[in-house]
Amino acid sequence: MTRHDRPGPLSGAAAIAGIGATEFSKDSGRSELRLACEAVLAAVADAGLQPSDVDGLVTFTADTNSEIHVARSTGIGELRFFSRVGYGGGAACGTVQQAAMAVAAGVADVVVCYRAFNERSGVRYGLGQADRPTDTGADGAAYSWMTPFGLSTPAQWVAMFARRYMHEYGATSEDFGRVAVVDRRHAATNPAAWFHGRPITLADHQASRWIAEPLRLLDCCQETDGGQALVVVSAERARDLPHPPAVVRAAAQGSGADQHMMTSYYRPSITGIPELGLVGRELYAQSGLRPDDVGAAVLYDHFTPLVLPQLEELGFCARGEARHFIADGHLELGGRLPCNTHGGQLGEAYLHGMNGIAEAVRLVRGTSVNQPGAPGDVIVTAGTGVPTSGLILGPDA
Amino acid sequence: MSGRTGGPAASAAPGSAAPGDRAGDYEERLQAFTGRELTPLRPGPDPVNLPMIRHWAEAMEDGNPVHLDEAAARATGRPGVVAPASMVQVWTMPGYAATVTAPSRDRAGEVYGELLALLEEGGYTSVVATDSEFEFRRELVPGDRVGVEEVVESVSPEKTTALGAGRFVTTLKTYRDGGGEVVAVQRWRILWFDPARRRTPAPDGGARERAGERAGKPAREPGGTPAGRSGAPRPRPALNRDNAFWFEAAREHRLVIQRCAGCETLRHPPGPCCPRCGSFDWDTVEASGRGHVYSYVVNHHPRHPAFAFPLLVALVELAEGTRLITGLAGVAPEAVEIGMPVVLDWIDPDPDLSLPVFRPAEQEEQ
Repeated sequence: MTRHDRPGPLSGAAAIAGIGATEFSKDSGRSELRLACEAVLAAVADAGLQPSDVDGLVTFTADTNSEIHVARSTGIGELRFFSRVGYGGGAACGTVQQAAMAVAAGVADVVVCYRAFNERSGVRYGLGQADRPTDTGADGAAYSWMTPFGLSTPAQWVAMFARRYMHEYGATSEDFGRVAVVDRRHAATNPAAWFHGRPITLADHQASRWIAEPLRLLDCCQETDGGQALVVVSAERARDLPHPPAVVRAAAQGSGADQHMMTSYYRPSITGIPELGLVGRELYAQSGLRPDDVGAAVLYDHFTPLVLPQLEELGFCARGEARHFIADGHLELGGRLPCNTHGGQLGEAYLHGMNGIAEAVRLVRGTSVNQPGAPGDVIVTAGTGVPTSGLILGPDA
Repeated sequence: MSGRTGGPAASAAPGSAAPGDRAGDYEERLQAFTGRELTPLRPGPDPVNLPMIRHWAEAMEDGNPVHLDEAAARATGRPGVVAPASMVQVWTMPGYAATVTAPSRDRAGEVYGELLALLEEGGYTSVVATDSEFEFRRELVPGDRVGVEEVVESVSPEKTTALGAGRFVTTLKTYRDGGGEVVAVQRWRILWFDPARRRTPAPDGGARERAGERAGKPAREPGGTPAGRSGAPRPRPALNRDNAFWFEAAREHRLVIQRCAGCETLRHPPGPCCPRCGSFDWDTVEASGRGHVYSYVVNHHPRHPAFAFPLLVALVELAEGTRLITGLAGVAPEAVEIGMPVVLDWIDPDPDLSLPVFRPAEQEEQ
């Protein structure tokens, strides 16, 4: 860790001390609440703690498992802190930010962040909003500008950005495909990944069917049943627990100017991700780190095209240059910025970004199945196209 | 499989025109068919035979050798070739000429004829098959003689469908061999409907005609031919006090842009308050209808039934500077380019919904 500026007060105050997940499947056969409880208990056990030690819970507004149901089922007693973060997968790192702030402020000692759903066997986001009941509140009414025209799925929303990005920077479908190939290569050696043992080639990607041009099937992440939980405690307490702490160097949220859900099409330019640029600036400012200090990345990959502008917004390459950065092999295990070493959401599982945070913890612990040496500080991002969040996790100083 | 029965369109539909008693009486008469035998056992014209199996397998691209190759069939433990299971209905069909020359009421049995007449009386003059569930009891071999008998299982209450108000008639067809043994049963459901009582405009041009009447020029469906649509309704906008004005203007085929009454900044999608000057006062301006394609997508999956696929959706930047998500028409997906000049047109997907659609500007100039 190299510090260039004085870190902010949140930096180093908290750490992730435990991670736990269910298996990742296409049909769990269990309730979402049960998945949440299994993940929470696994994470608490991994941290070497008891459920009765937990006094805070944080999840997504999108999660169906209220804190009270999780607490009463798992033997967590009183809760001193509970909070929800909105905007779909943009919430992922935001849950850890909530937990870290609560721990740093002393309002809670042990906060578990969790996300659990039957996203494949139950309500599938990939099928879109077209036939979902909506209301006339501002969020529901926002769909009025899309779904009557047939633009109603996440893949379609992202495709609009991707087409413009290709037009302005000369990127191609193959440039998107290289992201999928890297993810699937890493998933292939990860026994927890759905696509364990099933790498793909760029030719496979190019042969896969169109979903929403310019997105092919293999540009789209899978849909998953499962649960993932993370235990956040103070860095000081984490030092007494079984695993090496994954210290929260920085935790940030960001919503851009003229922000919409997945359809921020009305800004002067739509080839960047300004809300993620904001998250990046916050992460570097809080931690005192710079892009060159970051040794590995877990970048939100619901759809490959938006991985490219993430690399640009976070300062790993110049605007429009991400395709070259990727083609040069920098996301591979031996590259400049090993990325999505668990296989990402394309390869391991779609857990709304929470499984990526767990992988960053493993990278810091040195226990990833695809461990690229000692990467030092690891950057993690959450959902793109939505108000989002990010983390930098690092080893204890 | 859809078509019209012979005979003129029937009189008033009981659901809409008949007084209560008559409607109740009609319902009773219909329900009296439940459990009745529509067609007594009727043998098929030909025994199961290899030439017909060969033609069927070729047409269906069924390459399974057990249907035509004796040795291959015996290798699977069968005594010889077997007919494709789903051909069972074929063996009982009366043949092409009989189907096209005789009105269905005449070629049906007496009871079936009564039911058809009663449906026609209710205005249910058109028919479409909706479900067919088979249960196969044994494989058929050349030489088998197959006959079928049909019994009414249920007649549904009147249902509102996209094709028109109608009734689902479910029958059970029992297929028997020459010895009377049941070889297959089929649950067969058809919708008899009144096309004059549609929930939505006809999928084959109704929307286009109305657009022509209202706008004085033909509208083109985005993303494909009008006939490619199924007629399912489009997803509806969720109207509220901040956005209803836009959709109301659209129903008059006016594309409007919200304008701040304080600083005159245009904004889309609209909102209650100007982000620039903070004013809650606003009016609208009518867009020129000219713009260019800022970005676009070609949707393939999932396939919503309201649209034809592949479906073009564009982000159009208007000459006024605001952008909107809209359909693209009159252009093939591979011919779309970012920057392409486009002009406004309108579609009326259903009676309460009109939407802007854009097409290449050159078409207008020609």
